[in-house]
Amino acid sequence: MRLYFHYLSLHIRERMEYKKSFLLNLMGQFLGSFSAFLVIWFMFARFHSVKGFTFSQVLLSFSVVLMAFSLSECFFRGFDTFSTMIGNGEFDRILVRPRNTVFLVICSKLQLDRLSRMLQAAVMLGYALPRCGVEWTLPRIGVLVMMIGCGMAVFCCLFICGATLCFFTIESIEVINIFTDGAREFGAYPFAVYGKGILRLLTFVVPLACFQYWPMMWLIDPESPVFYAFCPIFSLLFIIPVSLLWKLGVKKYCSTGS
Amino acid sequence: MIEVEHLCKTFTVSRRDAGIRQAVSALFRRETEKIRALDDVSFRIEPGEMVGYIGPNGAGKSSTIKVMSGILTPDSGVCRINGLVPWKQRKEHVRRIGVVFGQRSQLWWDIPVIDSFMLLKDIYRTPDAVFHKNLSQLTEMLSLQEILRTPARQLSLGQRMRCEIAASLLHEPAVLFLDEPTIGLDAASKLAVRDFICQLNREKGTTIILTTHDMQDIEALAGRIILIGKGKILMDGDIEDFRRQLSPVRTVTVSVRKFADMVLPDGVQLVQKQGETGGRMIFTTDTGKVAVPQLIGLLSEKLEMYDLSVENVSMDALVLSLYRKYQI
Repeated sequence: MRLYFHYLSLHIRERMEYKKSFLLNLMGQFLGSFSAFLVIWFMFARFHSVKGFTFSQVLLSFSVVLMAFSLSECFFRGFDTFSTMIGNGEFDRILVRPRNTVFLVICSKLQLDRLSRMLQAAVMLGYALPRCGVEWTLPRIGVLVMMIGCGMAVFCCLFICGATLCFFTIESIEVINIFTDGAREFGAYPFAVYGKGILRLLTFVVPLACFQYWPMMWLIDPESPVFYAFCPIFSLLFIIPVSLLWKLGVKKYCSTGS
Repeated sequence: MIEVEHLCKTFTVSRRDAGIRQAVSALFRRETEKIRALDDVSFRIEPGEMVGYIGPNGAGKSSTIKVMSGILTPDSGVCRINGLVPWKQRKEHVRRIGVVFGQRSQLWWDIPVIDSFMLLKDIYRTPDAVFHKNLSQLTEMLSLQEILRTPARQLSLGQRMRCEIAASLLHEPAVLFLDEPTIGLDAASKLAVRDFICQLNREKGTTIILTTHDMQDIEALAGRIILIGKGKILMDGDIEDFRRQLSPVRTVTVSVRKFADMVLPDGVQLVQKQGETGGRMIFTTDTGKVAVPQLIGLLSEKLEMYDLSVENVSMDALVLSLYRKYQI
């Protein structure tokens, strides 16, 4: 952990060498994802519910997904540029360090520009929480924290998953972005609105619904089964196949010529 | 102690002809070819040795280094470095080695070099005392005092390379891998780097494995060379052995005050004589018949010399003749 903060402080120092570009990036990022919020807002200005979900409930799911996503993005998105790390041999360097490879990749590319997204997610969350019709008792707050925490882990796994594919192709593959950037966009609505099939896929294969739809059902409707509330923990099982895939990838890794 | 036995590694390389049509068809049907980057490579290196690892581009030099430093997993074969298998016990292994890639920097581009060093201290969990001792030693040996506070982007190539080398040694590795450490450096920087490597080997007993295309590096540094071509080890031994084996002929040039007639032994030839009564005389000798010291003894008896030089075949010519001999 100490090493992580050391990396963080170096990244901050490095970014401060180019203050203007840092600030402009922050603003750009903020406006970019703010537009997504506006789309929802305008839609609900015309229709009052989507498949029985009210505006404030949609807002809750959106802000939870956005929060989880931007946390994982800010701290773990080193994997996004993983194909360049492989291409320019930076990953060779990581392999000759006596530390966990995943950890070092995470540390080597912290995206501080994404702080603005986190700020925005915090604002959204702050707006949504009192308005979504949930009475915030202690266990409910616990579930909310769990949703965000596990969501962050799932997104992180997805980033790693996408990066792992680079081992086999050397180039990055956009497929995985359906589940990362894509999930941020369509995670704006509770996943049930996309139909049963998709909901199943997002529960059992890529456990995005586990930290969004199911626990939210429990938050909204106290009648629903209690295990819905513990779905986020189930989503953590996703770490196992992803870490196996990563190990296989590192073994298969054929570096590029120098 | 480094033991490498029967190491093999193949890469799959895809091939297609130039042109847009070929590019599209390659999407569907790809022609691939297996390349044996390493083909039954075996050698042993004792602690404290300095070994030059040479071969033309694409011969498998970098692949071997990458296997030994735990980056690549070979298809088959054994590699044990101080008792550890690099790709299996990666973390324990890399803690004890240092790697310098001449073409790739490990320093942070925009922040002072010393900050990169401090980060390395945390990565390797080097104790304070050890770190500061090594840092001050390296700073002195590589004369880094003035450049430690400069961001890496503002350093010259020579300065940067000195910092790179220091960065790889802060955790006191027992084995140092240098992949083309003098590439692109000017004469003064090359000399500084070479001197430092010699000193390191002499004073700390660090085992050094060096790949390079610069034959002067090899000449100045490595007592032993291993030649690899097309993934196979072709030769392994002392530089002097190579030289004797490949070209037994030496050239001896002397400057004399006065020429004198003499009978030359079998194997020695006078190839050139410059000047009227005195001047330069150039002899060649087949060292298989008459060794250089013997010839010099003979000459100094007969002639009043004021200058003398012995020329070896240059390393470059030697290596080229090796490449030709093995057709690589």
